[in-house]
Amino acid sequence: MADKKLGAYICKGCGIGDRLDAGQLAMIAKKEGKVGFAKQHDFLCNSDGVKMIQADIDAGEVNHLVVAACSRRAKSDAFNFENVAISRANLREGVIWVRPDTDDAEETTQEMAEDYIRMACAEVKYMNLPAPSEEQGLVRHVLVVGGGVTGLNAALEIAKAGYLATIVEKNGALGGAAAQFHKRIPNRAPFADPQDSGIADLIEQVESNNKITVHLNATVTKTSGAPGRFSADISQESGSTVTDNFGSIIQASGFKPYDATKLPEFSYGKSPDIVDQLGLEALAKQANGGAIKRPSDGKEVKSVVFVQCAGQRSDKEGHLSYCSGHCCLTSTKQAMYFKDANPDVDAMVLYTELRMPGAGGEDFYRSGQNKGVTFTKGIASEVVPNGGSLTVKFKDLILDEEVNYDADLVVLATGMVPNSGVNIEAVPAENEDKKDDAEAKAEVVATVPVESILNLDYRQGADLPQLVNGFTDSHFICFPYETRRTGIYAAGPVRRPMDMTQATEDATGAALKAIQALENAALGRAAHPRSGDLSFPSFRKEGCTQCKRCTVECPFGAINEDEQRYPLFNEARCRRCGTCMGACPVRVISFENYSVETVGQAIKAVEVPEEDEEKPRILVLACENDAYPALDMAGMNRMEYSAFVRIAPVRCLGSVNTIWVTDALNNGFDGIILMGCKKGDDYQCHFVKGSELAHTRMSKIDDTLKQLQLETERVQTYEIAITDIQRVPQIINDMAETIEKIGMSPLKF
Amino acid sequence: MSNLNTATVEKYRNNFLREVEANVEEGHWVKMCMQCGVCSGSCPLGPHWDHPPQKIFMMIRAGKRDEVLGSSSMWMCTSCYNCIARCPRELPITHIMHGLAHYAKRLGLAPKNQPTKKFAQIFWDSLSKKGRVNELKLGLSLYFMNGFAEGVKTSLKMQKVGMGMLKTKRMDPLEIVGGHGCKDKKGLQAILKKAREIEDAKAAKFQQA
Amino acid sequence: MAKEYSFYPGCSSQKGASSSNQLRSTQTICEELGIKLNEIPDWNCCSASIGYAGGGELPRLTLSARNLALSEQHHAGQDVVATCAACWLATREADERLKHDNQLMAEANEALKEAGLTFKGEKKIRHMVEVLIEDIGYEEMKQHVKKPLEGIKIAGYVGCQTNRPFGIDGESFENPVYLDKMIETMGAEPVENYDKKVSCCGGALMFSEPEKSQALVKDIIEAAYDGGADMLVTPCPVCQMNTEAYQEQINKKYGTKFNMPSVYYSTLMSVAYGRSAKDAALGGQIIKAKQLEEIAAK
Repeated sequence: MADKKLGAYICKGCGIGDRLDAGQLAMIAKKEGKVGFAKQHDFLCNSDGVKMIQADIDAGEVNHLVVAACSRRAKSDAFNFENVAISRANLREGVIWVRPDTDDAEETTQEMAEDYIRMACAEVKYMNLPAPSEEQGLVRHVLVVGGGVTGLNAALEIAKAGYLATIVEKNGALGGAAAQFHKRIPNRAPFADPQDSGIADLIEQVESNNKITVHLNATVTKTSGAPGRFSADISQESGSTVTDNFGSIIQASGFKPYDATKLPEFSYGKSPDIVDQLGLEALAKQANGGAIKRPSDGKEVKSVVFVQCAGQRSDKEGHLSYCSGHCCLTSTKQAMYFKDANPDVDAMVLYTELRMPGAGGEDFYRSGQNKGVTFTKGIASEVVPNGGSLTVKFKDLILDEEVNYDADLVVLATGMVPNSGVNIEAVPAENEDKKDDAEAKAEVVATVPVESILNLDYRQGADLPQLVNGFTDSHFICFPYETRRTGIYAAGPVRRPMDMTQATEDATGAALKAIQALENAALGRAAHPRSGDLSFPSFRKEGCTQCKRCTVECPFGAINEDEQRYPLFNEARCRRCGTCMGACPVRVISFENYSVETVGQAIKAVEVPEEDEEKPRILVLACENDAYPALDMAGMNRMEYSAFVRIAPVRCLGSVNTIWVTDALNNGFDGIILMGCKKGDDYQCHFVKGSELAHTRMSKIDDTLKQLQLETERVQTYEIAITDIQRVPQIINDMAETIEKIGMSPLKF
Repeated sequence: MSNLNTATVEKYRNNFLREVEANVEEGHWVKMCMQCGVCSGSCPLGPHWDHPPQKIFMMIRAGKRDEVLGSSSMWMCTSCYNCIARCPRELPITHIMHGLAHYAKRLGLAPKNQPTKKFAQIFWDSLSKKGRVNELKLGLSLYFMNGFAEGVKTSLKMQKVGMGMLKTKRMDPLEIVGGHGCKDKKGLQAILKKAREIEDAKAAKFQQA
Repeated sequence: MAKEYSFYPGCSSQKGASSSNQLRSTQTICEELGIKLNEIPDWNCCSASIGYAGGGELPRLTLSARNLALSEQHHAGQDVVATCAACWLATREADERLKHDNQLMAEANEALKEAGLTFKGEKKIRHMVEVLIEDIGYEEMKQHVKKPLEGIKIAGYVGCQTNRPFGIDGESFENPVYLDKMIETMGAEPVENYDKKVSCCGGALMFSEPEKSQALVKDIIEAAYDGGADMLVTPCPVCQMNTEAYQEQINKKYGTKFNMPSVYYSTLMSVAYGRSAKDAALGGQIIKAKQLEEIAAK
């Protein structure tokens, strides 16, 4: 790019001009911010204002702009100029809306605005325009791993959108678990009866679609590359392998039923008349609408008991702690198999809490009751094979009594175990074990060997990272299909337990995301949440110490290592969160438009008053995803907070480099607040691990503070949700109070 | 198998539920209860029920015929309709309770000295005799329902209430002779007789089936 | 022109019966408001909600069907109106259930045939309060007030059967406000947040389970005192009788000193409309409503 030409535009609309001395702000932009010019406008976001800016850009007067108006989250359409760098000074939500319109407050409010002008000028000075990396690829072909309900639907959706799909199915036939069903839980009104599974039709559609290729008896033995240019080896059972290129991948590897032999109290395996839900489907298929027969002697089943939550929603060793979500509906459906064939059959569902999710769930439950299925609230303790029949021992929780109930058949509603491949986070632990003695080795052997699903050629591991209970990690609130491997989408029960209806919806969502990902990758654009961002990280090789922190901490496995063990940034896999930048101890990693300098210089640009002026300065580093909007909304609600605060938005708390904190302290800031998203297993961090890493890093900041002889209260880290509108001003005001208590920082110069 | 065991096994069969569905007013709703317990918590006399409605429904499903029909629970219903108003499944619980009470009474299984059972019968007798209820006779026969000595005691206890009503002309001693009634008593009795016959015929049909 | 209704008075409103005072005061306000009540000829008891021990479902429903058949025969085009909560409920319930169930309808008519009657199901069954609120309206009710009941604080006790399962259209089951609005319209002050407003008084079980029922009434009166009430007002004959007639027994058992008048809304309105104590049936109060008597005497 040509020389940086800096210019500032100061809006006087929305009351900014009434509350602030715009002339003074313009002067500061020119004098201190060193911009070439500073124009004031009464209504900058209207067509006249926008035209004025565009004319300046077209005339070559400016290519680095400071727009001092409202929040960067407002009017982003109006202030969207191409091929220029823009920094926004938030004078509206960040200044006049959070300060009282009083004579007393006038001075400090003006100072606030002046600092935001200084910060924006400093930031824009260090910004560069992102340019495409030229490593993009475009392959309009999606790899679908798994040929069950999810995979079939995903492939069909992809094909319908005009893209190619390849299904890799491990078994000899398509259809997965659903192909084993006699009928499915209804997905259409009136939600009254079991419905044809439709799986045969689905398979037929897939097989006759010329945009879909199917590999049966096949697995993915190697996956390498990145979104837009994945390469996968698809190996047949016979040993032959084909390699193909794909733009993106959907992992629909489904589930395995929980192993019911782990429940000795229910005697699974001891009598053929005790089955799990898939076992019952097989019996129903055999009966094909007629009376269902007992496996032991072929006698018609006259009474059947469904034991819900068998080995699930239980904290017992070896049990599943979670609810598989479909089993209550499935048992109701299966009880109807009996009732529909013969209303005189006693069908009892033994539950502790019934859960009938989905739009038609409650209707289906009612229909079951209507057909005479008995729902009994009770806990089964034992199933005893008993000569010709089975005795179910349970405690009736309503009548509060122990009951022995004889039945011809018992169905155990066991849960879903995800088919998610290798737990990559468990690998380093095993490596450590290897150093130890034989005992540790025995432990490693004892764990069931799991085959990888994707065989990713990533330094971070062969499969998708998991969150809890072996399900693949995905942003469960905002971006359910998005995994921590960009361009690879998890859908169906591998992501969380679900039924066919949900799996079908999941497949559609993942298909659309997969298409979006490969198109974005071709243009060098980021996937969510910085969709469309063209910037990507690069590093200064001569400064790099090959410490590997960036490669390890990247939540998305986007950074490999080259032969010399330098980081190898993989643009298409990168989500642009900047966690690598925050991690780098020598600060060599940066984005064109977001770097240690852009934020660091903005912080340094704040004018810190002398100690005796009694005007402390508080720095807030606020995540732009949740904390910054929460702060904006506090402004919209006209909630007041301290005028001593200066807020700098960051892409993710994970991108916060500790140098910003130490520099701010050295510059005389009295307090620093870091605001990120919720971390942990139920995280809300938009970059999954960013907030967590930042919290870990900041837990070590106390040593630095002690070295500087500062109180540890001066630096605080918070988890903020976008709804914390009342809380954010409170946190700021609390910090102001704390500083009043402990005194001003001694590090003012 | 021991008798007791046979009994425990048999009681969970659905037969009693079917009996209730066929014979008890609104009985076909019993299977639709989802066991939330809102009815039990909403009942003004809830603490006095041996088995609150939620439990009664479960007992019916569990086949506890004698315990349900012999229970005094249903007779505790004040007909306040709170359970109906609040039931998320919209079960006509009040009517089911009345229906169960009536069914138990008809089968002779209702508790012997259940006061509400007696009062309700007296009420019915009073109205079906003349077409309208005679409050004085209703009150007096109620006080004497447990025999003469008890009746005198109750009457004395309730004397003040009676005097209050008498003084305000809201009780008429002349009601004891003659009193109010429908003109077409015959027609009314014929109607009730016929209705009863139709109902009995239906019940008999189920017994045979 | 007077609005005409087919009127179902019910047993307790008969001469010398427990709610004869309600009938008297209702007639008074109807005179004032231009409402004409035409008594259903030869009506019979509805069996209330206590007849179930002796009467089965069909006989009970048929009782109400007879009244409705008579109304259809004699008062074509007029809505059926009841003042008694139980009468209204039983009649409306019978009407809905018979219309809902063709078989029951046929059976009921088979029985009615014995007396040469037919029930067609063409009537709307309404509570007197509905007539006042919907056909007359609060505005009109207010215009007739000659002696606003200033300075009287009243707990509006709605009770059960006027409120559930049907209730007054547009009102909630848990906190209906029409009675409070009527109290206000008459110039008196309703007790705010009267928390026993829709609690049960025991109903007919006052006769068979007096102790349990009186315990319920005790709470109802106590809550009225807690709210600073001078008296209770209610639309229901059973509520009125139960909250008034047993206060002395409750006092004896619980050591309370209850002496709170409990009046019908129609009594209240008659007094506010400037009518005499006799027209308001104030003589029917076991516990005298002195404040109302004073206003009536003015």
